[in-house]
Amino acid sequence: MKIAILRFGGSNCDLDVQKALNNLGAETELVWYKEVLEGFDGVIIPGGFSYGDYLRAGAIAARTKIMQSVREMAEDGKPILGICNGAQILSESHLVPGTFTLNQYPKFVCKWVKLLKIGRSPFTTFSSEIVNLPIAHKEGRFVVPSQLLKELYENDQVVFKYVDDNGRPTSSANPNGSRDNIAAVSNLEKNVLAMMPHPERASEKLLGSVDGNVIFESMISYMNTL
Amino acid sequence: MVLKDADARIITETLGRPPNEVESAIFENLWSEHCAYRTSKPLLQTMPTRGDVVIIGPGDDAAIIKLSDGLTLAIAMESHNHPSYVDPYDGAATGVGGIVRDVISMGAQPIALMDCLYFGNLEREKNRYLFEHVVQGISDYGNCIGVPVVNGEVLFHPSYDGNPLVNVVCVGLGQVEGLVTGRVKTPGSKILLIGSSTGRDGLGGASFASRDLSEESEASDRPSVQIGDPYTEKLLIDATLEAVNKGYVLACRDLGAAGLSGASAEMCSTFGGRITLDAIPLREAGMTPREILVSESQERMVFEVLPEHVDDMLSLALKYDLNAAVIGEVIEEPKYIVECRGVIVADIPIKLLTEGAPLCTTEFPEVLPRQEQPVVRGVTLQEKALRVLSSPNVASKEWVYKQYDHEVQTRTMDKPGGGAAVLSIDAPRGIALSSGCNPTQVAADPFKGAAATVFENAMNLAVKGAMPIAFVNCLNFGNPEKKEVFYQLERAVAGLSHAARILDTPIVGGNVSLYNESEEFHTAIIPTPSIGMVGILNDVSNVPSAFFNHEGDAIVMVGVTYPEYGGSEFAELFGIGGVAPKPRVGIKTTIDSLVEAVETGKISAANDVGRGGILTALAYMCTRLGAKVDLSHCLNEETELFSETSGRAILTVDPGELNSILTVLDARGVPFAAIGTVGGEALSIVIGDSVLTLPLETIKRSLNILNDSMIA
Repeated sequence: MKIAILRFGGSNCDLDVQKALNNLGAETELVWYKEVLEGFDGVIIPGGFSYGDYLRAGAIAARTKIMQSVREMAEDGKPILGICNGAQILSESHLVPGTFTLNQYPKFVCKWVKLLKIGRSPFTTFSSEIVNLPIAHKEGRFVVPSQLLKELYENDQVVFKYVDDNGRPTSSANPNGSRDNIAAVSNLEKNVLAMMPHPERASEKLLGSVDGNVIFESMISYMNTL
Repeated sequence: MVLKDADARIITETLGRPPNEVESAIFENLWSEHCAYRTSKPLLQTMPTRGDVVIIGPGDDAAIIKLSDGLTLAIAMESHNHPSYVDPYDGAATGVGGIVRDVISMGAQPIALMDCLYFGNLEREKNRYLFEHVVQGISDYGNCIGVPVVNGEVLFHPSYDGNPLVNVVCVGLGQVEGLVTGRVKTPGSKILLIGSSTGRDGLGGASFASRDLSEESEASDRPSVQIGDPYTEKLLIDATLEAVNKGYVLACRDLGAAGLSGASAEMCSTFGGRITLDAIPLREAGMTPREILVSESQERMVFEVLPEHVDDMLSLALKYDLNAAVIGEVIEEPKYIVECRGVIVADIPIKLLTEGAPLCTTEFPEVLPRQEQPVVRGVTLQEKALRVLSSPNVASKEWVYKQYDHEVQTRTMDKPGGGAAVLSIDAPRGIALSSGCNPTQVAADPFKGAAATVFENAMNLAVKGAMPIAFVNCLNFGNPEKKEVFYQLERAVAGLSHAARILDTPIVGGNVSLYNESEEFHTAIIPTPSIGMVGILNDVSNVPSAFFNHEGDAIVMVGVTYPEYGGSEFAELFGIGGVAPKPRVGIKTTIDSLVEAVETGKISAANDVGRGGILTALAYMCTRLGAKVDLSHCLNEETELFSETSGRAILTVDPGELNSILTVLDARGVPFAAIGTVGGEALSIVIGDSVLTLPLETIKRSLNILNDSMIA
């Protein structure tokens, strides 16, 4: 069982994700975007600034050849996790619904947030309802038309919401103005997850939280069932 | 700007002919203060730069210090002041880019950034604009390249109105094995230029940085400001580190001040260099040899590579979508020769260029510091306290550091907002980083203020349990041709050196930024010798919180408070004088004891006493829990709460462990006092006959004033 961690020019959380997964005993390989994506059971698209976020965050990376291979793997039901810039790339690739755009307060925001688990997905088969993770983005505001939002709820595709200490999705707990405080969204089949928060940054006690590990562990156990 | 007559004379005499236009431009940039340290070099040579941990001291792109048997730290600090006034966004962004390349050119991976920023007061709209865009520039650039900004400082003072300061520190992690320096090693090897194409941006930036800012600067000097491309920088970081790991790189240098001419001449100065301009990828047509040589287009590096590795380097550049060109070779003859389309456009003895700039000699008068005693009448203690806490210099800088990615690379344990940053490296070991300056204290007394700057950063580290091991500096001053400015510079350098010797912490590198004056505002900046310091922790799991966190913990005050207000926040706010804090030798013992105390693992919270005095230190610790503090034995409330004597800290400890901690302090004779207990919803201080009570909400509101005003 092997997980590919994609690297585009400007990816900068690739090594952090690899370290977190290696600590959990997973086998990983960094794959440069010009290489062939072959022989993997799952893919993580890490955070960073692919192509400097030029044009729109994720827009250029979404149009690379390697993303075609990711699409094929997604169609085969393999788990694909996009974190931060990876989430933006998945959205730009239309592998998940909705769009991540400039934050309501139009600046970069780096802080810790609380997330409430909403939908069921192969990435969230853990028991805890609330996880603490950091966010770090400038274009993380999730926007989606009302009709589509309704479908997302009906199909259980809203996976995480930003919430306050009491688990409520209040506006003060919303760090970027996302529609309905949505922090993570999946495709209809649930095997593709786009999330703005960074689980790899909450993977060691020294970093303040190990809550991120449960997401990777869920992904790994799902891969073991395939 | 043209060469000074005296310089032109020396060059003509040595060459046996007048320099041509291209050569003049090269000399003008390489002999500028920014590159040659002509005014400051005699002073810089007095600094203590050696130590057991120092592998490479000042002189290369970055200093290298030993972290453990196999690991090294690279550390470098630089200013980007003038460009940041003319174009704050790009000026600040490219300041980050330059210092990061200084670190990768030593073969080290950049792991942390610190930014020290100084602006005029925010009531002036222009200063808000500068502040906002400088922070944005750092944010967009630093975040993109994936190097966390973990610490820094923001200070406001009217002397920075027409000349803000942007100082950046970069720390890198390397291996003793993979160390690369900036001097060529083998004649016959090739020189490669890799990175962005060369354009007309940043033309003559080095000489621009070496003069005063004029009113027309904004329009006329804009071509002297470089434009940053963080995406290319990130590719350059990855490509350089891969090239170093694969052993292709003999020497390497960043193209910074004075562009290609500066980097290639300095790099080749161990032998000689022959450079050909024809293969260099240009951003626009019609660039002259002079423009190509002094352009400061960003994201470019030169590499010395053996002929058999040239193809490897070119394919590596191709992998990372970077331009690359072979632009010359190392020659035996100690000359710097530049060729363009078959014509030799420069032919200079290389040592004349890199070491020949005559140093300036300046005599300075003795200027006595202000000595008046402080008196503030008709203001209640409560008002004084709130004025200090809501001063933008004291208030929380969350608005700033939230815009910086301080988590990337997953080493950051202690985040911004809690004093020094702590990074886990080679766990359980780690490093702590602190940066900043006390410019108003330096203005009150350059010697004492500079020493106090060193002590405060060292104390920031010590309260985390980190032993300071080295620091870098950035000497920001006005025009050194003015005697009082030169006096400040001389005394500040002496103060930094004095403190470095007391702490046995060498000064391993730095940068000098002079001529920080504004014609527009008729101001010169107050002297600002900012520093960046690194310390080592044996076990990061012992690091105390920066905030009160356990009801009932005992509060211990370490150190003694003297009436030393000179340049303190209190004195600045209330317009009083006073003496600056005295550099006391005992601070070394205090630091050793604090580190020992933290290493017991029993300290639950710790904070050093810095800007704003004890009141500010306590208020910052009251983020979640309040405290009851008894200073009823103190006679002077102003001294006790607001004086900024160096070498003080506040610790908390479980009452059951109090004695063991006091024994640690007592063993070395460090003065201390148990002053109160953690708990409650307010900070309440009994002082003399009065009681000061600040509810946590009030403290929060005061400390948030800067954040609120920027978002509003």
